[in-house]
Amino acid sequence: MFFPHTPAEEKAMLRAIGVGSLEDLFQAVPAAHRFPELKLPPALSEMEALAEMQELAYANDTARDLVCFLGAGAYNHYIPAAVDSILRRGEFYTAYTPYQPEISQGTLQAIFDYQSLITALTGMDVSNASHYDGATAVAEAVNMAYANFRGKRNRFVLSPALHPHYRDVVRTYSHDSSLQLVGDDLEPQSDPAALIPFINEQTALVVVQYPDFFGRIYDFSALGEAVHRAGALFAVAVNPIALGLLKPPNEFGADIVTGEGQPLGIPLSFGGPYLGIFATRKEYIRKMSGRLVGESVDNRGQRAYVLTLTAREQHIRREKATSNICTNQGLIALASAVYMSLVGKAGLRQVSELCYQKAHYAARQIGRLPGYKLWSQVPFFHEFVVQCPAPVDEINEHLLDHGILGGYDLGKDYPALPDHMMIAVTEMNSKEDIDLLVDMLAEVSND
Amino acid sequence: MTEPLLCEISMPGRIGFRYPAPDVDPTPLPEGLVRESLPLPELYEPDVIRHFTRLSQLNYSIDTGFYPLGSCTMKYNPKVNEEAARLPGFAHAHPLQPIETVQGSLALMFELQEWLKEIGGFAGITLQPAAGAHGELTGVLIIRAYHEARMDAKRDKILIPDSAHGTNPATSAMSGMRVIELKSDSRGNVDLKALQAECDETLAGLMLTNPNTLGLFDENVEEVIRMVHEAGGLVYGDGANMNALLGIVRPGDLGIDVLHYNLHKTFSTPHGGGGPGSGPVGVAAQLVDFLPGPIVDIIEEGDASEDLPPLYGFVYPSKSIGRVKSFHGHFGMMVRAYIYMRMHGKEGIRKITDYAVLNANYLLARLRNTYHVPYDRICMHEFVVEGRWPEVPDIQALDISKRLMDYRFHPPTNYFPLIVHDALMIEPTETESLQTLDAFADALIKIAEEAHARPELLKEAPHFTPVGRLDEVKAAKELVLCCAVASVSE
Repeated sequence: MFFPHTPAEEKAMLRAIGVGSLEDLFQAVPAAHRFPELKLPPALSEMEALAEMQELAYANDTARDLVCFLGAGAYNHYIPAAVDSILRRGEFYTAYTPYQPEISQGTLQAIFDYQSLITALTGMDVSNASHYDGATAVAEAVNMAYANFRGKRNRFVLSPALHPHYRDVVRTYSHDSSLQLVGDDLEPQSDPAALIPFINEQTALVVVQYPDFFGRIYDFSALGEAVHRAGALFAVAVNPIALGLLKPPNEFGADIVTGEGQPLGIPLSFGGPYLGIFATRKEYIRKMSGRLVGESVDNRGQRAYVLTLTAREQHIRREKATSNICTNQGLIALASAVYMSLVGKAGLRQVSELCYQKAHYAARQIGRLPGYKLWSQVPFFHEFVVQCPAPVDEINEHLLDHGILGGYDLGKDYPALPDHMMIAVTEMNSKEDIDLLVDMLAEVSND
Repeated sequence: MTEPLLCEISMPGRIGFRYPAPDVDPTPLPEGLVRESLPLPELYEPDVIRHFTRLSQLNYSIDTGFYPLGSCTMKYNPKVNEEAARLPGFAHAHPLQPIETVQGSLALMFELQEWLKEIGGFAGITLQPAAGAHGELTGVLIIRAYHEARMDAKRDKILIPDSAHGTNPATSAMSGMRVIELKSDSRGNVDLKALQAECDETLAGLMLTNPNTLGLFDENVEEVIRMVHEAGGLVYGDGANMNALLGIVRPGDLGIDVLHYNLHKTFSTPHGGGGPGSGPVGVAAQLVDFLPGPIVDIIEEGDASEDLPPLYGFVYPSKSIGRVKSFHGHFGMMVRAYIYMRMHGKEGIRKITDYAVLNANYLLARLRNTYHVPYDRICMHEFVVEGRWPEVPDIQALDISKRLMDYRFHPPTNYFPLIVHDALMIEPTETESLQTLDAFADALIKIAEEAHARPELLKEAPHFTPVGRLDEVKAAKELVLCCAVASVSE
């Protein structure tokens, strides 16, 4: 149990305080509303409670019970056993934000490791200690760009191939109607060049995704140049696993790199907690929100780490802070750091190529099926769109009957794309899995 | 003593993890899009495990000792929470699966929503926000949307008492609101005169932390809320201090319109060294339609006579402010909070607060004669003392905090709230024993003696920690923010 006091101790403590009962401690609470009767279920023992949880968990059929081809921003990857073994250390997961550096060097240096790994992966100069997820990281990029131009540029160009949830969150955060969000009503098929006409001298930021929501990979060099010609900032939302293989976004001029860090060793967990990656160039460090760990020395001459540039943050600047963010994704950033350091240089390239190879095999096989057509001829990473001979939910029902978690129904977010399924393939999918998917899709096309 | 960085122990050619060989025919890599180098470290598994294990040993944590950090509610995190969140049925569920395949997750979220509504006295709730500050942002955007929907958009002023958390003003500014700070009165309550002066037609709302950061329950809370409502504003409750109210009073019953919970404080999900948290937001009836979507609901009633469970699914509120996050929020944190609440049940939930408040008042009673208590009355789950004595002017709250580390305690929150000089804000939580509280009080009393007799012991503290006091100026000036693996010719 979690309450320590014996009845004798409780009595002694009340006496020391000088009150007669626990109820006496709550005299300041309005009597009419004091001690409400709560309609909550009775307490269970740990055994019973865990059994109830097991029953609930068992009611789910997950990406490990089914063969998973669902992605759309959250991906089924293998998580090496070492990752969770570190996360289970109470010294990490039951610590608070490292405000007292003398007794928090573990968390601080782990964040410093994380910042180093993210800068290596993205090619950027500096990474913060994390944002909540891929969506809020983009929203923070919008805030940062707005602040960078002191509100004088109010136009934000969003690619239609930016994750629909990210665009929704940017809209929610951009409550101010003077902010213009443009570009994302373009045809989903549009290429990056189609964004160039939206860029003008009022533009603060252009945001694209890499690989984009549909899995496509473009060289954004020309777009990056157009953004910079207009004096605006360029943000690229990445899938970090893809960066094991693909050119880092600094090579086409990204000023801000955001990303959903979930693929880096974080379980799907029905949508969270995940990890918001945020990295930028040196010159924007002070405009960036979120915590930062820096290197210094202690009074014994030892190298040590500490939260730095805190003058940007809410607990110091209050209403003038760069963001209100406080608690972020500390433990998840640690998980990704363990993952990146373990798979390392060779492993990240390997897993990235495996995803690429298997996805291309799947696309080739499906593209040959009568009634199915690959939607795009643009190079892609590990996710691709297929035009189907029937509504996607009907096909997915058939797949589910055969133990397959089918792809994402794009018609939900893009009315122009009914009957379009987006299929994600990772290292978790064997050739047999893919062949089964192809066979089951073939059954639908033959109906 | 210090641990090398990953980039320093990297060895070119070392392999940490092997994936299966490709089992499909190869496809050429995309031309012109492949990166030339990937400067990640090269380590093997023992390197990685030892590095992070040694780092963990440099941390203080709840599992190693008492952590009385004010306003942070560092209670014990039950181990079974971690088991539950890792059940394969939860850990591997994809957020976009067909609802028929994730009824277990949805049932859990639905029940959690119901319990949080019941505990706070609210009509609706969203589980989407990722942390407390994210819940605040959600809540203030809801207040803004409510006024706009009533064609009353001139209301752009948010009142924030001077004892509020720093996130409150930052949140309001981020939501496009004007921030006006309100003074506290001599008993630590909201100053009613100052409040009255700001109650006009531009008032959007008040962000109230109750109990406030002095650990005091506002004695005029009903009057404060009535005044804001009469002026046409709404009242936001900062639920960071909900550990003081479980089963004691429902904020919704007092008239609070919006409140965020911190599952990572009140409901024992771990702080993780700075997250992930979870910040569900409860709202009164008139705000339910503005909640972020989607929300879990019953979309087809079950039939108990046929043992048919209801079908859970997602609904989108009609005037929703929109999404605040991808997918459905921090589900893993919801699982932990759920099992914690399930193990406490109806009676246990109230006991959490009973004992949290008992522990705080006991510590206050033990320290009152040694440390000045600026607002001295029965406190709730935390209290604030001054970490200074006029006769030893050199000694500050920070020195006391650093010396506490030598006694193997985590310090209280320093220098907050801002309205108390050299504040030491102490929140013991309900999971600490009398013996721990006594040992902590003894240490603080001993430190007070040291402050007078041997002040240098405090000034040079901590002495027995892995590192000593840091040069924070150097960190900010030189800005070394990452370490690169030495480049080796490819």
